[in-house]
Amino acid sequence: MSRLEVVKTGKLWIGGDWPRSESGATFVVENGKGETVARCALASRKDAREAVEAARAGLPAWRDATATLRGQVLYRAAEMLESRADEFTASLCDGGEGLAAARREVERSVDRLVMLAGWCDKIHQIIGCQNAVAGPYHNFTIPQACGVVVTFCPASPALLGMITLVGAAMATGNAVVAVVPRAAAMTGVLLGEVLAVSDVPKGAVNCLTGDIEPLLEPLGGHREVAVMVSSGLGKAARTTLRLAASDGIRRVHTIPWTGTDWEDDGETCSPWFLEQFVEFKTLWHPSGV
Amino acid sequence: MHRPVDAVMLARRAASFTRRSIKADSKRAGLRLAVSMLDLTTLEGADSPELARALCRKAIQPIPQPIDPPVPSVAAVCVYPRLVPVVREALLGTDVKTASVATSFPSGQVPIDTRLAETEAALAAGADEIDMVISRGAFLAGRFDEVAAEVRAVKDVCGDAHLKVILETGELGTPDNIRRCADLVIEAATQGADVPDGAVFVKTSTGKVSPAATMPSVLLLLEAVRDHFRATGVRIGVKPAGGIRKSKAALHLLVMVRETVGPDWLCPQLFRIGASSLLDDLARQLLWTSRGHYAAMHDVAVT
Repeated sequence: MSRLEVVKTGKLWIGGDWPRSESGATFVVENGKGETVARCALASRKDAREAVEAARAGLPAWRDATATLRGQVLYRAAEMLESRADEFTASLCDGGEGLAAARREVERSVDRLVMLAGWCDKIHQIIGCQNAVAGPYHNFTIPQACGVVVTFCPASPALLGMITLVGAAMATGNAVVAVVPRAAAMTGVLLGEVLAVSDVPKGAVNCLTGDIEPLLEPLGGHREVAVMVSSGLGKAARTTLRLAASDGIRRVHTIPWTGTDWEDDGETCSPWFLEQFVEFKTLWHPSGV
Repeated sequence: MHRPVDAVMLARRAASFTRRSIKADSKRAGLRLAVSMLDLTTLEGADSPELARALCRKAIQPIPQPIDPPVPSVAAVCVYPRLVPVVREALLGTDVKTASVATSFPSGQVPIDTRLAETEAALAAGADEIDMVISRGAFLAGRFDEVAAEVRAVKDVCGDAHLKVILETGELGTPDNIRRCADLVIEAATQGADVPDGAVFVKTSTGKVSPAATMPSVLLLLEAVRDHFRATGVRIGVKPAGGIRKSKAALHLLVMVRETVGPDWLCPQLFRIGASSLLDDLARQLLWTSRGHYAAMHDVAVT
C-alpha cells in the first residue's frame, strides 16, 4: 500500500520551546537530488530578539551550575549524539557530503563534545592563575562566563563547526544563541533536539535557522549579547556585525578555520580558543586569615 | 443592585484587546503614557531606606540615557508606611506622589482600630495616597455591610488624600464576586460626600496573590467604574497591579481602558498601573524605539 510520507518540519529552539518563526516564514531544505527533505522555520529579527532574551533568562541556571555538572551535561549530549549518529549522517549526506566523510564528521563531533565536556572543570586551572603580589595577600585571576554568546555557525562542516562553537561557549558557562545557515539548518535542528534531551537548562542554548544577513544587526546591536563568534561570513557581513556591536564593550571574534582546520583537535580544543568565551576576574584575599 | 457577569463573554472581550496592532508613533506614545501612569512599587520585608531612595531616583528619571522626547516621571512611588518619610523626602520638589499601603496590607486580617491607626500613621508621615485592602474573609462570608463600613471608615480617615481600595480579585473566586465587590466598594467610598474625580480608585490586587491583575478582572473593574460614571457622573480611578511585567501587557491595558471607559481615563489621575519590573521593560522598549537596538537589562535596571 502506498503511503504519504511525513516530512519533518524544522523549528526554532527558543527558551526550551520549539516555535515556528514569529513571521511564519519557512524555507525548503533540499538534498543533492533536488528532493524536499524538510521545511524549516526562517528566523526573523523578532525571533532573534526573543532568542537573546531567552538566553539571558537561561544564563544563570547554566553559568551557576557547578563545572562538574556542566561537564556531565555535555558528556550526556555526546551520548545522545552518538545514539543518533545515523540520523546525523543522513542529514549531512543530504547536505551534499559523501557517506564516509559524513560518518567521520559525526564521530569527530561526538569526540569533540566529549573533549569539551572534559574542559568544563579544568579550564580554570589552565587559564586562571595565582599572582605573586607584594603584600600579605593571595591574588587570584579566574575565568568567568561572559554571558550571552551568539555563534554564527558555518555551513560546512555543518555539525563539527556548530559543535565546536556552541560546545566551547557552553563549556565556559555561557548561554548561547546559535545561528545556523540554510545549508546546515536541519543538522542544527537535530543538534538542538540532542541538547534538549541532555539536561541543558531552558534557554541556555537557543537555535535560529535561516538567513544570517538579516540577523546580523539585531543580534549584533542587542546589548545583552556579550560575545559574537562568526565563521564563514563575508567581509561585508563581518563589517555589519562589527558596526552593530560597536555600541558597548562587546567582543566580535572571527573564526578563520575552513575545511580540515576544523578537524584539528589541538586548535579547536585549545584553552586559548576557549579563552575567547571568558572574562577574567581578579580577587584579592588577605593571607594568614 | 447586583449585575450578573457572563464569564465566557468577559474572557473573550478581555482577550480581544490583546489583538490590536500598536506600532510606531502610537506605540511610542503608549509607552510614555504607561510610564506616566506607573505606581512604582516595592513591598518587601527586606526593603531598606537606600532601596527606597534608589527607587525614587528611578521614579523621577526612569531612563538614565537621554532620549527624545524626554520620558515622563512615573505617577507615584508605593511603599510600606515605615518608608513613607524616606520616599517623601526623596520626592520633594517633584510631581511624583508618595503612596503607602495601609490597613494591614496584604491580608487585612487585624482589628479595624489597628488598621485605621496604621492609615493615620501613614498619612501623618506624609503619604499623598493610601492603598487599602478590604477584608476578603468578610466579603466571602457575605458580610457585605462590614466591608462597606471599613471602606467608609478608611475613606473618612483619608480626608483629601486619595484612596485606592484593593479588592484582591485573585481571592474573590468568581467574576460575579469581583463585580459585586467593585460595586460595593465604589458605593461605600463615594457615599455621602462629594468625591472629586480620581479621589477613589479600585485596585485589583496586592501583588502577593496569584492570579493578580488578569485582563478579565481589570475589565470588570473598568465596567463597574463606567456604570458608576453613567449613573452619577463621578469618575472613579482604576489600578491594575501585580504580574504586569511586559510593555505589551501595559499597552493591552491602555487599549482596554480606551475602549471600555473612554479616553478621559487615559491619564494618571484616573488610571494607574502598579508594578516594579515593568518600568525596566518600558525603558528598554523606549530605548529600542528611539535608538533602533535593544538595551541590556543592566542598561536600565537600577534596583
